[in-house]
Amino acid sequence: MATKRITGSQAVILSLLEEGVDTIFGYPGGAIMPIYDALYDFDKHVTHILTRHEQGAVHAAEGYAKVTGKAGVCFATSGPGATNLITGIADAQIDSIPLVCITGQVASPLLGTDAFQESDVVGISMPVTKWNYQVTSAEEIPDAIAKAFYIAQSGRPGPVLLDIAKDAQFQELDFEYKKCTKIRSYIPEFPVDPFKVKEAADLINAAKKPLLLFGQGVIIANAEDELKAFIEKTGIPAAWTLLGLSALPTDHPLNVGMLGMHGNYGPNIKTNEADLIIAVGMRFDDRVTGKVSTYAKNAKIIHLEVDPAEINKIVKADVPVLGNARNSLAMLMENVQQNKHDAWVQEFRDCDKIEYEKVIQKDIFPEKQGLTMGEAVRIASEKTNHEAILVTDVGQQQMIASRYFKFKHSKSNVTSGGLGTMGYGIPAAVGAQLGAKDRKVVTFVGDGGFQMTLQELGTIVQNKLPVKIILLNNNFLGMVRQWQQLFFEKRYSFTELTNPDFIMIANGFGMPAHKVTKREELEAGIQKMMEHDGPYLLEVVVEKEDNVFPMVPAGASVSDIILEA
Amino acid sequence: MKQEFNITIFSENHIGLLNRITIIFTRRKINIESLTVSASALKGISKFTIVVNETQDRVMKVVSQLEKVVDVMKAFYHTNDEMIFQEIALYKVPTEALYNTDKIEKMVRNAGARILEITREYTVIEKTGHKEETQALFEQLNEFHVMQFIRSGRIAITRDPIERLSEFLKERDAMFDALD
Repeated sequence: MATKRITGSQAVILSLLEEGVDTIFGYPGGAIMPIYDALYDFDKHVTHILTRHEQGAVHAAEGYAKVTGKAGVCFATSGPGATNLITGIADAQIDSIPLVCITGQVASPLLGTDAFQESDVVGISMPVTKWNYQVTSAEEIPDAIAKAFYIAQSGRPGPVLLDIAKDAQFQELDFEYKKCTKIRSYIPEFPVDPFKVKEAADLINAAKKPLLLFGQGVIIANAEDELKAFIEKTGIPAAWTLLGLSALPTDHPLNVGMLGMHGNYGPNIKTNEADLIIAVGMRFDDRVTGKVSTYAKNAKIIHLEVDPAEINKIVKADVPVLGNARNSLAMLMENVQQNKHDAWVQEFRDCDKIEYEKVIQKDIFPEKQGLTMGEAVRIASEKTNHEAILVTDVGQQQMIASRYFKFKHSKSNVTSGGLGTMGYGIPAAVGAQLGAKDRKVVTFVGDGGFQMTLQELGTIVQNKLPVKIILLNNNFLGMVRQWQQLFFEKRYSFTELTNPDFIMIANGFGMPAHKVTKREELEAGIQKMMEHDGPYLLEVVVEKEDNVFPMVPAGASVSDIILEA
Repeated sequence: MKQEFNITIFSENHIGLLNRITIIFTRRKINIESLTVSASALKGISKFTIVVNETQDRVMKVVSQLEKVVDVMKAFYHTNDEMIFQEIALYKVPTEALYNTDKIEKMVRNAGARILEITREYTVIEKTGHKEETQALFEQLNEFHVMQFIRSGRIAITRDPIERLSEFLKERDAMFDALD
């Protein structure tokens, strides 16, 4: 490729185009203005979405990455612009989301002088990035961007940050782009060890009560087909983590539901009865394991995992299988026998029946007067034929939506798992819709989280994104209130909200909105929203003090899951 | 049970990497007792020697996290028994004390230390050894009021006849070739 003489700023944009970037989320400011000026000439090649806050840009980039599997890209200026990205970067780090964040920085001679809008962004972001780097000369730009994309998207994905000094943006360079395919100090994933596969297969073939637990690693590795084929061949029931949602159709006969604190009854109690756990692309988060010392004590553990640091981090693996889930499941498939575990699977179905009678029925087909979150989720899922992308904020609505929304397609669940970032939902929906333009994006938010980032309604309207927002309003910080009720003697310390008129707020942004307070209006309200061409906010006023059950109380064993208070 | 471990890290020589490494310890509230970094025998590769007082389980997990750092090539951990290690100490004492008595000469001789420089005002003594040894000489010399004392971080070499880094690099290159 012939080189050409261009500015550092132009090199940034051309490098992004070389990486196939079609959407950038960002917010301009002093130290990144040269890059924005270069971007002005490329509006036919790349869409820039101006969010209303840098936190909105980074969550939108996360939403985009979740539904596309490609790195989300965001721009911010130096100082406060960059520090406003940090929450989203931390969120992406703990949830393994590929992001390339580009921040402007003061000119290199000013570094360390407390210049206007100077902050040590490389230092601040270091604990929450997979890699970061400060660029101080234009020549470094193409290689730095190539490296950034390679690191963000390979192995266990994660966020990277490039901090580009303003003088490097102005300087000229001879531009030539070469994609990065190897870094000598970095092994993105290990080849699968056939001996470990054989050991694992022997355990699987001998197991009487095997249970497969799968997480986001399946989605990241595009291993959905391999997972499905594997459980169908072996007859092993499979449970998903919060981030594993949608990797298998909800209605698959071997899908036994969600693990964890507010997961399903069966997979939680059966974890402690299983004689074999096959963990695929999941990391035994404390919300999944409950009390670790009593977790899965009757089971041998096989751990299929791309990141060596996850092996034995929380739960000791009897057979660790390093490598990406797609390769390891495919190799395992060749070594396992055709099998059935009908009686064992039936035990899960029996648990489902108990859970349905004690919890689910009351949640999704309530007979009491007030509206429940569960019925709104059920209807929204039905009205979209279970084909929508689900975006959730954090809290009760997140758990209820994760429990009752159904999936037919992978990469359809966008949520903040590890970090539990309130305010994630609305901006993440922006990115999800842009990443999957032809799909319906249904977003659940609570009245608490909504008010953390509701300014992004402006972004949705400006870009005519047909996002459907269901605001489940209980006038409380509901999850905290639930804990106060159950564990802090109903001392409702600062969890009740005096809320604004949300309809007026949506209308103020130019977004149609409707408020539902009665059961007879709910279905029609959701129907109307789904049929509306464009963004729409539906406020559903739900019972103020409803709780999410089942629940594994913090610090309790998964088998001590409670179905009611 | 906590004990002293020597963590050895081979890494790129990049700005900020020291910070990226130390925050892994900070996050887990593990104190670094000693840290030494310098160029290794491999061109362009730095070698860290970090001493911590921790349980083996925690050290293993820290080493896994260190290896996740993109610019880290490989990390190892060893107990003190598995390594030969040294520290270097420098002592500045008033030269006058050497005139008045032969005690300092005997201390230097017995400790296997050596004198680096003598001026009218001060004498600089150097000793290498384990911390207890350099500390013991300090206690002795301090009878004559040590004016300055400095001890380096630990440097260490494995007793293992197998060079695990070379083995690793061979495996890694084979892996990269297989992926190409």
